[in-house]
Amino acid sequence: MSGGHAHGLYRPGHSAVHRLAPQVKVAATLAFVVAVVATPRTAFWAFGVDAAVVVAVAVAAGVPLGLLARRLVVEVPFVAFALFLPLVGQAPHTDVLGLSLSVPGLWGAWNILVKGTLGVAATTLLATTTSVSELLCGLDRLRVPRAFTAIAGFMVRYAEVITGELRRMRIARLSRGYDGRWLWQGRAVAASAGTLFIRSFERGERIHVAMLSRGFSGELPPAAGERAGRRPWLVAAVPAVVAALAAAAAIAGVGS
Amino acid sequence: MRDAAVEVRGLAYSYPDGSLALRRVDLAIEPGERVALLGPNGAGKTTLVLHLNGILVPGAGEIRIGGMPVTKENLKEIRRRVGVVFQDPDDQLFMPTVRDDVAFGPANLGLRGDDLDEAVRTALGAVGMSGAAGRPPHHLSFGQRRRVALATVLAMDPQILVLDEPTSNLDPAARRDLADILVTLPVTAIVVTHDLPYALELCPRSVILNDGVVVADGPTRDVLADTDLLAANRLELPFGFDPTRV
Repeated sequence: MSGGHAHGLYRPGHSAVHRLAPQVKVAATLAFVVAVVATPRTAFWAFGVDAAVVVAVAVAAGVPLGLLARRLVVEVPFVAFALFLPLVGQAPHTDVLGLSLSVPGLWGAWNILVKGTLGVAATTLLATTTSVSELLCGLDRLRVPRAFTAIAGFMVRYAEVITGELRRMRIARLSRGYDGRWLWQGRAVAASAGTLFIRSFERGERIHVAMLSRGFSGELPPAAGERAGRRPWLVAAVPAVVAALAAAAAIAGVGS
Repeated sequence: MRDAAVEVRGLAYSYPDGSLALRRVDLAIEPGERVALLGPNGAGKTTLVLHLNGILVPGAGEIRIGGMPVTKENLKEIRRRVGVVFQDPDDQLFMPTVRDDVAFGPANLGLRGDDLDEAVRTALGAVGMSGAAGRPPHHLSFGQRRRVALATVLAMDPQILVLDEPTSNLDPAARRDLADILVTLPVTAIVVTHDLPYALELCPRSVILNDGVVVADGPTRDVLADTDLLAANRLELPFGFDPTRV
């Protein structure tokens, strides 16, 4: 049997956050991230408010904080880059544990670290509480061009089919005594990649024929999904509004 | 006189590279008939199928579906009338959820709202997959995907159902489930298959296509009992299977 049972980041649940219409969640997440990014990097307290908002939403969604923390690992490459900044930044410098660190570099690193972490946490919460098909539906409702959401949909749908083919090809290679240890053996891998490309291309053609057979005439049917109504929009706006108020207050100089 | 469900006259087709796939095919199928289309690999079976709904355009000859010629102007109605279930369900199921996929065909026909929901519900009910509406196709077993692929076509309310190798890769139980569904469907059916016992069970009539021409057309039991005919067309019954004693 091909097709595994990976559900990606989505963690099914019945919380109020899970039940919110996807378009509302997508828009609310985007607004929250924009507010976080707009917050001056010196306003430590505002980031504290933002973090509290993320934790509150996670608790309301029934997402364990440990899980959320583990999923923040995707951020590591960016963090590594941020940690590099204080070492190469401009003067003035300050001494920390015997290291001479750039002050603007430290601020830059802090800025990337805090905003990146809050942004990743917010989008991770979105992905944890919303299935991929719901997300695509939400983007459709937000008038993202149908071509983009359709391409994303195809990608999600066929990623597993193609990785399945790749896995079978690898097993077939191994079964014929190929161990892939030496560089010159890369030729077989390259040939497999070429074969996979041709197969995927042919599959694309077969899918197109199957679509034509069901009356496809170049235009995908309008998106499903329902209007969200006013209440969910108001509820979902709360985190973004709090973050925006914090940002505005920080910009206006409150508490600094 | 009532129009034939499918009428193929003098159909010939060669692929762009010049190889001749269909030499001259003549075939008439009456409404409500279930016909098995048999033949070795490369006989032109799938090429013939792709002509029935106008995916391929004949090099010569003509095709009528319920009296309506398969021409560019009629394509939309032809594709509603002729539902094709392809061999690999992964080619047919491309939407994020089963529900969206089953809705794709009827939505292309212009159905919206409650009518669309009703078409999806009925089609999934007919193949016993109502519970899977919200699931992504790649989370279903192969047999379930084959049934959903059938539902995507049934949702368009076709008059003629064409199944390309419906039993390939199915385990015996899934093969049985599919047969049980197919016999309940009140449509004209063309079953392209190498599975001769399946042809005997489902289809009173069989047509053998070889090298682009129809070489035999008759009651399935008689066709399968003719061992010389089968051998000449690279067909073979399973060991020990006797079609005259089923």
